[in-house]
Amino acid sequence: MLDQAPAPDDIRDLVSPLLTLEGPLLPMLHAIQAEWGHVPQAAVPVLADLLNLGVAEVHGVISFYHDFRKEPAGRHMLKICRAEACQSVGGNAMAQRMLDRLGVDWHGTTRDGGVTVEPVYCLGMCACGPAVMLDGRVIGRIDDARLDRLMTQVGA
Amino acid sequence: MKIWVPMDSAAKALGADEVADAIAAQVGPDVRIIRNGSRGMVWLEPLVEIDRGDGRVAYGPVTLDDVAALLDGTLESLGRVEDIPFFARQTRLTFARCGVIDPLDLDDYAAHGGLAGLRRAIGMDSAAIVAEVTASGLRGRGGAGFPTGIKWKTVAEAVADQKYIVCNADEGDSGTFADRMIMEGDPFTLIEGMAIAGLGVGATRGYVYLRSEYPDAIRVMEAAVRIARQRGMLGADVLGSGQAFDMEIRTGAGAYVCGEETSLLNSLEGKRGTVRAKPPLPALEGFLGKPTVVNNVISLATVPVIFEKGAQHYADFGLGRSRGTVTLQIAGNVARGGLFETAFGMSLGEVVNEIGGGTRSGRPVKAVQVGGPLGAYMPVSKFDTPMGYEDFDAAGGLIGHAGLVVFDDTADMLQMARFAMEFCAVESCGKCTPCRIGAVRGVETIDRIAAGDAGAADLLTDLCETMKDGSLCALGGFTPYPVMSALTQFPDDFATRREAAE
Repeated sequence: MLDQAPAPDDIRDLVSPLLTLEGPLLPMLHAIQAEWGHVPQAAVPVLADLLNLGVAEVHGVISFYHDFRKEPAGRHMLKICRAEACQSVGGNAMAQRMLDRLGVDWHGTTRDGGVTVEPVYCLGMCACGPAVMLDGRVIGRIDDARLDRLMTQVGA
Repeated sequence: MKIWVPMDSAAKALGADEVADAIAAQVGPDVRIIRNGSRGMVWLEPLVEIDRGDGRVAYGPVTLDDVAALLDGTLESLGRVEDIPFFARQTRLTFARCGVIDPLDLDDYAAHGGLAGLRRAIGMDSAAIVAEVTASGLRGRGGAGFPTGIKWKTVAEAVADQKYIVCNADEGDSGTFADRMIMEGDPFTLIEGMAIAGLGVGATRGYVYLRSEYPDAIRVMEAAVRIARQRGMLGADVLGSGQAFDMEIRTGAGAYVCGEETSLLNSLEGKRGTVRAKPPLPALEGFLGKPTVVNNVISLATVPVIFEKGAQHYADFGLGRSRGTVTLQIAGNVARGGLFETAFGMSLGEVVNEIGGGTRSGRPVKAVQVGGPLGAYMPVSKFDTPMGYEDFDAAGGLIGHAGLVVFDDTADMLQMARFAMEFCAVESCGKCTPCRIGAVRGVETIDRIAAGDAGAADLLTDLCETMKDGSLCALGGFTPYPVMSALTQFPDDFATRREAAE
């Protein structure tokens, strides 16, 4: 995952093979984010040009979806489920305690760039909540102690 | 010896991978470890099954510390899965294979009744295929409950150079995981259902719009599509029928509203996921303006068994106009949570207390939210409501995607109503003003109630009416269900604050 913005040609090379898809913009945005950890501003004119769209249209699509980031996240990504099923088993209190411990609000990144915390509305773990996803790995029936241990393991 | 350890993501979230690794490290090469789907008893996950030559015996929940005893036969077993009361009471049609087979073994799939439905459909003409679905009484399992056969008929009769089958796998409702479970545990049944839909309406291309929050389901579905293509189940000549159908998996991007079919189509086209006004119906002008069947995962995954066993077999289950089985997802603060497939008609109280065993916390049940974040909070006094589309409607609720989230008596229903409005504000696509702005005002109004403003409850009621009448889709239109049910069924949670402030 690179921190500096990629060159327009690199972006073009990455997404051009997807031009044959029907409705290619979301797959392109996913590809860009998978490669660079976010969708850099430099991608907007490239995508607009490739797809014959206005830059405002491309910007509008990127900003509509929660998944697409304007800047890179922290080294680790903690997604905490905020949906009702996790709330019914104490998810709110657990989430608030973790936000307090890390000293961030939702969508925030710890000062050292270690962890970004995002809310997620349902990981499909509704019969084994509360649930979190840490760097793509889902953990069910989690409690304060286990979440603390996981955070310690990733240095937060 | 064969050992089954689920690769379902709920089982993995409870340690199934670690258990599978530990088993693999301790057994010889003669032992076959199969990563299956989940049997649906989430409170027993990881649920491991072992066949020592005399049938499958279940153990669970298995921890790392249990592995040695599991393998030397000293761990206490649960007996056969089929004899566990939670499982024995079910009627498994859609989920018949889930947890039984290796999800990515097409031969295993075929050995358990897979492909029989598609083979039968290949021998039928378009009208007969659509008639079969209509006769089964299948209604959309995503929430709206629209008759699937009528939708298919509209697309089948539309004239166009290209038609599409789009599977709505943007299962964003809290309390629901049936779509995820079937995609991870029996992906070929969804592919088969889509292929039958394609033959039925004359569509040659399909898409599964799958939410990004389900990375395991995405991986399994993509692998299954590749295998299906290699084996001729998909492609230019589906199972030698001379008819074409192929499909792709597309990943969503975290927008709840894209579970609404017209938002989903916009998103699939690469646009903002805003809602489209209907008409035109997606059945006539859907993906890229072409006639499109948009069906939920469970609806499509149920099609193969309807063709395998016949429409009448399916229609023989159920209640009133709710035919067949409903895939209940028992979730939240519940002792025995999981997937429970049964004929429509069981009462809500039976499901929560008898099947689910009451709360996990052991405290009294206070409310059950049925149908996801847009579903009503049902109080215990409505526990005699039968699980059926019309019955829930009459009781002021909705079945939706058939997820049930149980809350114990510590739940603060004012906070739950506030959350419903907050969620609507976060997820609103912005098209309809009552939803976009009303949800924000709703949060503020509930805060006023909490602060003791006695008049704010009437304002909230009025606002909910406006949202219900003035929103194009269910997000703005149905958010009033949880809000108003909380307000009317649990007035104490709203009143005590008012009185306390006075």
